[in-house]
Amino acid sequence: MARLQLSGLTKTYGDFQAVAGIDLDIAQGELVVMLGPSGCGKTTTLRMVAGFVSPTAGAIRLGGQDITKRPSWRRNTGLVFQSYALFPHLTAAENVGFGLRMRKLPQAEIASKVAEALRLVRLEGLAERLPRELSGGQQQRVALARALVIEPDVLLLDEPLSNLDAKLRAEVRVEIRELQRKLGLTTIMVTHDQEEALTMADRLVVMSHGKVQQIGSQRELYEHPTNAFVAGFVGRTNFLLGRVESPGLFRSESGLAIRCSEAASTHGRKLALRPERLSIASAVTDADNAFSGTVEFASYLGGILEYYVRLTPQDRLLVQAPNKIGDPVHAIGDRVFLQWPAQASLVLAEDGGSTS
Amino acid sequence: MAHRALDTPLALEAGGAAIADSRVMGRMALLAAAAFGYIVILAPLIFVCWLSFFSNEIVTFPPSGYTLRWFAHIFDQNNFVSGFVTSLQVGIAAMIGGLILGVPASVVLARHRFPGRETLNTLLVLPLVVPGIVAGTAIYVFQIEIELATELPLLGSLAGLVLAHIMITIPWTVRLLTASFAGFDRSIEEAALNLGATPVQAFLKATLPVIKPGIVAAALFSFVISFGNLEMTLFLIAPGQTTLPIAILQYLEWRIDPTIAAVSLLQIGLIGAGMLIADRYVKLTRVL
Repeated sequence: MARLQLSGLTKTYGDFQAVAGIDLDIAQGELVVMLGPSGCGKTTTLRMVAGFVSPTAGAIRLGGQDITKRPSWRRNTGLVFQSYALFPHLTAAENVGFGLRMRKLPQAEIASKVAEALRLVRLEGLAERLPRELSGGQQQRVALARALVIEPDVLLLDEPLSNLDAKLRAEVRVEIRELQRKLGLTTIMVTHDQEEALTMADRLVVMSHGKVQQIGSQRELYEHPTNAFVAGFVGRTNFLLGRVESPGLFRSESGLAIRCSEAASTHGRKLALRPERLSIASAVTDADNAFSGTVEFASYLGGILEYYVRLTPQDRLLVQAPNKIGDPVHAIGDRVFLQWPAQASLVLAEDGGSTS
Repeated sequence: MAHRALDTPLALEAGGAAIADSRVMGRMALLAAAAFGYIVILAPLIFVCWLSFFSNEIVTFPPSGYTLRWFAHIFDQNNFVSGFVTSLQVGIAAMIGGLILGVPASVVLARHRFPGRETLNTLLVLPLVVPGIVAGTAIYVFQIEIELATELPLLGSLAGLVLAHIMITIPWTVRLLTASFAGFDRSIEEAALNLGATPVQAFLKATLPVIKPGIVAAALFSFVISFGNLEMTLFLIAPGQTTLPIAILQYLEWRIDPTIAAVSLLQIGLIGAGMLIADRYVKLTRVL
């Protein structure tokens, strides 16, 4: 268990910057999720921490010690691979015991630790099975037990749930999170699945093009994204192109004058609108922004209603309305008004990764 | 009108029958082709087995009777026994040598991208293409030159023969092992490193067990190739020494009785048994 610090961590392959100077400080017992599209550098970062990729520049400190140059077998990290990477010729128990045998622990101690680890992941009865005789979910738990049993200083999870079906994934998410909390493990998880990231993280790191776009809690990322990339990657968003005309007024390219916060940066070129922050009605009520439009598509999703509303030839907005008793259900072709308060208009800079 | 209405279902039925007919024909054709293929492959084998029990000294059809004496006759021939022992020694040595050279070569070929990799890959298969006689002559001359230059007694030595055999087994070892290493999920090796295994430990405890079928297949192939080699060995064997194929050839120069069929049958049985035993430990069918 230890604090993990990445400073200026960089990896370049020829001209290509896979990871471009990451600074990240992970507290003891914290679970940080690195989130981003494939190729954003999150897996490379994880592999640098595990010691499979040597950084071009920067340092990795684990528990205060510089481990940047230490080979992977002397780092004491516990990695759960996306493919699980179980040893196919060893039983579940032998897989779990592998790290302990490498540490030359006495046989009896290994046996009791393995039994305990298997109990922790609820696989007591399957100790003697070979990996191919286990289901995907069971294999995943063997991989987890194998990484936990060595009492790693940091637990590394590389898309650990991507090979499970949707229902199992939701269960295992909670299981891993509870185990991690109980054991107080410093953890980095890498994923491209935002729901997984939002459920499990203490803190999220959104990455793109090898750079950190934003670090923060779920709420910070969702409500105060630092750029359009983060806003688009975390949750669903409508984007309008344009510029800030005067403090508190954003003029879209299609000509709409939209009220926003007066503090909004005048360099912002994109306006982000979260679909559930917009309200849809047949008549105008008192609101900072009110625009008329036509419903072009309507979906009844049970808990919520989703509409695509055309405001101008260029602008079509997604709106999510809670399905409350008494609220009208709009049909395709209906004339409606979209309304939202000025604080719901997020003025953002372009994607950080592509501009610099 | 009435008879037209009856026509339709009949026509349909006829059409259905035609389709069924062509399916049966297709299946028959496939079976015939398969049977022909098997006969071509197995006929020599079956024939040799059959022949080895003929009682006639000069092979004639039909045989006048059957006997086991040719098998007994093998062991009266010193050449066969010592040839077998030499072949076995050379085969095992070539197999081990081939693996020692082939495993690292295959690891590099399968895992690293470097300029000239494709060329090297092709070069390693070339010994398959060079006719055995040519390779034999070339190595013979080469060994003379080396012996003249270094005064190492290479020519006619068992070591010289083994080296030459390693050369012809390498294409097989490297091909089979490269395929195994290329198909190996490297994250398994990384998992071992992550769990505290040194690179050597990871290779021995994680990688090797997983690619064991490929290694056994490579070992078996190189042994069989070495054991059966005649053309190249003819040039390199010391005077007075023989391998089993050479013993068979020498025997054939003077006599054509079923003894050689009996020898072949023993050889087939021995190698077949080796394969069956190996198959118990690793599923060869997965790699061959």
